[in-house]
Amino acid sequence: MGDLLSLFINSVFIGNILLAYFLGMCSFIAVSKNIETATGLGFAVIFVLTVTSPVNWLIYHGLLAPGALSWAGLPDLDLSFLKFITFIAVIAAIVQAVEMIIDKYSPLLYATLGVFLPLIAVNCAILGTSLFMVERNYTLVESIVFGAGSGTGWMLAIVSIAAIRKKTQYADVPKGLEGFGITMIIAGLMAMTFMMFSGITL
Amino acid sequence: MLKNKTHYKEILAKGIWKENPVAYQVLGICSALAVTVKMSTAIVMAVALTAVTAFSSMIISSLRKKIPSNIRIIVELAVIASLVIVTDEILKAFFYDISKQLSIFVGLIITNCIVLGRAEAFALANDPIDSFVDGIANGIGYGLILVFVAFLRELLGTGKFFGLPVIPQVLFDAGYQNMGLMVLAPGAFFIIGLIIWLKNSLAGISHEKK
Repeated sequence: MGDLLSLFINSVFIGNILLAYFLGMCSFIAVSKNIETATGLGFAVIFVLTVTSPVNWLIYHGLLAPGALSWAGLPDLDLSFLKFITFIAVIAAIVQAVEMIIDKYSPLLYATLGVFLPLIAVNCAILGTSLFMVERNYTLVESIVFGAGSGTGWMLAIVSIAAIRKKTQYADVPKGLEGFGITMIIAGLMAMTFMMFSGITL
Repeated sequence: MLKNKTHYKEILAKGIWKENPVAYQVLGICSALAVTVKMSTAIVMAVALTAVTAFSSMIISSLRKKIPSNIRIIVELAVIASLVIVTDEILKAFFYDISKQLSIFVGLIITNCIVLGRAEAFALANDPIDSFVDGIANGIGYGLILVFVAFLRELLGTGKFFGLPVIPQVLFDAGYQNMGLMVLAPGAFFIIGLIIWLKNSLAGISHEKK
């Protein structure tokens, strides 16, 4: 239990998927103009990550990993090179399914998250989390915790920067640095503050 | 279908400088930041991305009349993912060390907005050869920024250039120190921010409204 908790804290703060590994930057920059949309997208990312990470784990360890097909009489088969195309297909399918389910059962949630779901299919944070999960050899439970933690970390980052960007509207930013330029510098300062968490040991 | 040289020059100029994918369209930042700690990884990544963008644009463009528009994203992703698998296997076979350092970022070319963005914005509306040139141009534009960022980060962060120390010992004796910040994540953000400032100032106008 303690291990899982420290994995969670680690993936939210120290190894923040956005500020330490730069994943999901495109939507981070594009959708951080106001707090409400940032929050909506953040929740959608947490949700999709928590679902796709374990599903990809099952598919990878059940079908693709070296020797995973030994139950089918093919112990030497190594399909791990197929992981990119499989993961992206799984993510796209899950995003589509989630969108349809939410649309059917919770119109209110759909109104909040609906527009963001298609965007998420090509968010590198989602694919990146699945690939990290394989590279770091997590177990199934760890992959769920890692997915949820990464999602939470991503949301924390995007909501904070949306709040900061709102303040900078009144700031006198040099011309040429306005917009995207200053956003990158703010992100850099945020990354510095998140690095302070790396002193924490659990 | 004879096109003069200026036509291709125009496409190249747009991709490399005028509408540079990283600095102007703000695409593909994820990997631009992550692989730029060293020159060698940045160059390999730039070459890999150029190849994938060029070929995926060409393939998608030649299929553009056959792909039904409502499933086009899936088709595009399938084409891109297959090319990325090929690239990854080639890197593993010939540049194993660098492939290990790039870790998951080769796989993340799939979700790199530049590749899908060029497929959507250019390849679906133009013929294969134009699309190929456009892919190369955007790849080079991306590569230029990548190499520039990597150059600064490696030089300021570790005092090296392609792994060779270039800052003379005299300077260290005189009190010069490497900037540890540059090797870490924040350094990358700052450099990209400053490059955008530079590019916008050179053009004379700010492109993005607040």
